[in-house]
Amino acid sequence: MNVILIAVIVLGLVGLISAVVLFVASKKFAVYEDPRIKEVGEVLPQANCGGCGYPGCAGFAAACVKAAESGSLSDLNCAPGGQKVMEQVAGILGLQASAAAPKVAVVRCQGTCDVRPHGVEFDGAHSCRIQNMTGMGETQCLYGCLGEGDCEHACLFGAIKVNPVTRIAEVDESLCTGCGACAKTCPRGIIELRPQGPKGRKVVVLCNNKDKGALATKECKASCIGCGKCVKTCEKFEAITLGVNLAHIDPDKCKMCLKCVDACPRGAIKAFNFPPRPPKKEAPAVAPAASVAPATEVKQEKKEAEA
Amino acid sequence: MKTFRIGGVHPAENKLSASSPIREAALPKQAVFSMFQHIGAPAVPVVKKGDTVKVGTLLGEAGGFVSAPIYSSVSGKVSKVDVALDASDTRRMAVYVDVEGDEWEEGIDRSTDLVKLADRPDLDAKTIVEKIKQAGIVGMGGATFPTHVKLCPPPGQKAECVIINAVECEPYLTADHRLMLEKADEILVGVQLLMKAVGVEKGYVGIENNKPDAIVLMERKAEKYPNIEIVPLKVKYPQGGEKQLIDAVIGRQVPAPPAIPINVGAVVQNVGTAFAVYEAVMKNKPLISRVITVTGKSVKQPSNLMARLGTPFQQLIDECGGLPEDTGKVIGGGPMMGKALISLDIPMTKGSSGLLIMNDKEARRTAPQPCIRCAKCVSACPMGLEPFLLATASSQHMWDVTEQNNVTSCIECGSCAFTCPSHRPLLDMIRLGKTTVMGIIKARAAANAPKK
Amino acid sequence: MNKLIVSLSPHVHSGDSIEKNMYGVVIALVPALLCSLYFFGMGALVVLLTSVLSCVFFEWSISRFILGRQELTVTDGSAILTGILLGFNLPSNLPIWIIIVGALVAIGVGKMTFGGLGQNPFNPALVGRVFLLISFPVAMTSWPESGSLSYADAATGATPLYIMGQAISEQDASLLKQLPSAFDMLVGRTGGSLGEVSALALLIGALYMIWRKIITWHIPVSILATVFVLAGVLHLVSPCYADPVSVVLSGGLMLGACFMATDYVTSPMTPRGQIIYGIAIGFLTVVIRAWGAYPEGMSFAILIMNAFVPLINNYCKPKLFGEVSR
Repeated sequence: MNVILIAVIVLGLVGLISAVVLFVASKKFAVYEDPRIKEVGEVLPQANCGGCGYPGCAGFAAACVKAAESGSLSDLNCAPGGQKVMEQVAGILGLQASAAAPKVAVVRCQGTCDVRPHGVEFDGAHSCRIQNMTGMGETQCLYGCLGEGDCEHACLFGAIKVNPVTRIAEVDESLCTGCGACAKTCPRGIIELRPQGPKGRKVVVLCNNKDKGALATKECKASCIGCGKCVKTCEKFEAITLGVNLAHIDPDKCKMCLKCVDACPRGAIKAFNFPPRPPKKEAPAVAPAASVAPATEVKQEKKEAEA
Repeated sequence: MKTFRIGGVHPAENKLSASSPIREAALPKQAVFSMFQHIGAPAVPVVKKGDTVKVGTLLGEAGGFVSAPIYSSVSGKVSKVDVALDASDTRRMAVYVDVEGDEWEEGIDRSTDLVKLADRPDLDAKTIVEKIKQAGIVGMGGATFPTHVKLCPPPGQKAECVIINAVECEPYLTADHRLMLEKADEILVGVQLLMKAVGVEKGYVGIENNKPDAIVLMERKAEKYPNIEIVPLKVKYPQGGEKQLIDAVIGRQVPAPPAIPINVGAVVQNVGTAFAVYEAVMKNKPLISRVITVTGKSVKQPSNLMARLGTPFQQLIDECGGLPEDTGKVIGGGPMMGKALISLDIPMTKGSSGLLIMNDKEARRTAPQPCIRCAKCVSACPMGLEPFLLATASSQHMWDVTEQNNVTSCIECGSCAFTCPSHRPLLDMIRLGKTTVMGIIKARAAANAPKK
Repeated sequence: MNKLIVSLSPHVHSGDSIEKNMYGVVIALVPALLCSLYFFGMGALVVLLTSVLSCVFFEWSISRFILGRQELTVTDGSAILTGILLGFNLPSNLPIWIIIVGALVAIGVGKMTFGGLGQNPFNPALVGRVFLLISFPVAMTSWPESGSLSYADAATGATPLYIMGQAISEQDASLLKQLPSAFDMLVGRTGGSLGEVSALALLIGALYMIWRKIITWHIPVSILATVFVLAGVLHLVSPCYADPVSVVLSGGLMLGACFMATDYVTSPMTPRGQIIYGIAIGFLTVVIRAWGAYPEGMSFAILIMNAFVPLINNYCKPKLFGEVSR
């Protein structure tokens, strides 16, 4: 009996002392945290993808509250949550959400195995960044997809996968949140974040090759050769600019007329999520295509002769 | 016998071409001169399509202080100035020359008479460095760092000795070995010139013990050259690493980066560089050719060739009996640190010390197995790092851990991956970590700079 | 011509492999194996075969059916090695079903739960052994006498460690006179688990491993030296503690120091760390032997120190090149 009594008293005392210590500590060392940080954190997706540039969702919430003091959320965007979440965040902080168009990743390479032969074999750790350190990689193109899947590993949402047949990364737009993790990890900068577009529609130059035309032709059958035809077709809207031997379509200016898609002799421009156009292809589209084709051939022959 | 103190491995030597004398390679039909034959800023082309050039004509001028000019090694017509595949396996700016005849620029002394330092009392340190700079000489061991930069110590630093790297610790390669046997006097005069250029009284030539004939010959010749000591070294890879060589020869360790060898008073130059310096200063000949070892177990005639820069590798292989049927990998340089080439049309550059052809079986890596934590990589690492940890941290993208564990000290010698019983691609991963961490450090420095 | 292969340097390899190391250890265990067959006959054969076969079977079945791995690692020799080491730690008259349970715990709990080869924090063979020791203390501590060649009904007797334990607990130094001579303990004419009796055979194996560069001298030497010194001090303090030579030669110390503590996966990476690890194991062994409830402390000492290996690795970094000033 005595033993039990002693045990009860000792344990009771230990509990009491601990309770006092904890109470004093919680009062004395209390850290004030803005309650809004927690509130903001609750509406965030909690994917901790880091796409916003902050360490996880908690960091982003703190950054939002801090930014609210200066009165603007314009630099902050939660890509996975999209506009809806940002509006909720703005609501909590009593601000207006800036209108940021939701983005989606686009892999700017169509160099599948058939159009871009793999001339050598890479043997080593399976990582694009490591293969990229060997120089050209397996193909002759210094700018194309390496197909080892670093983007696939970087994606937290399973939205980007390397197709084992074509060995090109492919984006599943229904899963992509536009956080940009894949774009950051890609050693060749092939992945571009573009606005989703109305109904997901967008027109993109799917090539990143900055070599001169003749060389680009040799390297890959689906490369942009920087011929500038698309730029001419788009004179009206000026949406297409020619960089270093590479065309780029400005998503804000593009009116989705799809003329450039037809004009491109290399098939390097692709329209996403447009309904199929069977009636057009039958009658009017064939004629210009036929007229374009010989011209390209001539041009290609000329270029090959030069090379 | 001396050697460096930490780590090291013993790869099979395979010096197949050690007994084959250096012979002149034939002139190529077309020579391609990459403008990126050295570390630092690329050279800037000064010729255009259609220009006629001779041997020794300037093709590209140095693009900055840490850079080197590039001279034509052939005579003929510039056919184009365009990108070309080079030894880095990427396409970069280059000058193509179609070869016609073999005309040399005037003023180049093509005789083989030995010019001694005593014959040229007019040379002072400044003139020598200037000549080296003009001749476009870079580190010939493979690192291709412009030589004149190393000869101009930063203010406050004083060189105490010149160390000549004649270690050739890479398996297979014999170019330096043969050069010492055939051009010993020229090399020693070159060493004297280098000593004079940095103003030191002591020169060492470190030679690994697996070249006894070269050690004997150099020791005999060196008797006539005061203050040059031949240091035989125990065979251990990577003794040819700059820091390892300094440790082996004078017993001093260069601290972690950003410290450089001059901080411990040493200037290290390759034996090939010493020869090139002799030719540049005494014979007025810019760097237009070098010795390259073409070797491999299946190669019919492993040889050492004195070849003109810009010669495509295909031609060099043809001179040694053609490309073997079972070729799996062609490596520019040695097997430990060389670079696998993607094409045989790549031209040789100032840093091409060897061309190694491996058959398909040798070339393939064995599939990696799990790390068994045997610590063999730790004991092999010559820099005192923990390769298993760096590789794991890199593959997990833990860049902070990678940085804390001194990934930037890695010299990429490959001892860890060489020794790993699980065949793990340790160096691949560490390289990934090193490049990323270097980028992070650079970005951090850039971010901190404006605040100062 | 084939496609050219590109990869980053180095392009050559030493030719070393996991198999070479594992089978190297197995070869190093052959002298001890022969000794155990000589001293324990059928018993040793039955125990070892059961142990090795069940370890290999559990490794194969777990990685195939539970982890669903396509690439099987049975052939790398690590399961065989675990089996031999586990068998070496058992008495030669142990019932077969207990051995199978021990193998299941060693491979299943000790190794595969952590992800297989290279991932386990504790030495699998010792995990199995200690599990059996705690679960079946009587069967595990009644060792047949050396020379009892049959499996089923071997005569059991007191082991040197048991005598030492008695002497300490009863504070009676005269009990130590029953100890076999040092020479008998060296060659193995004494009772004990089947692989640990002959210190000489184990030492030959250890020297072979050091010569083949499978292990370095640091761990075995630091363990043996620590035990020798500490046992010597105790012996000087009171004669009821056995003399240091008998302590070093008795029980599983030699087997543990040369083969169990040196296990790659569960030992520290740097020489400095290995020496700290060895000294700590030696210290713990002496402490457990002298004052613990079990007569043998080696297994516990190694398992305890296995837990500290990550910590030791963290504090014992190799010396960075250039840290030595000039």
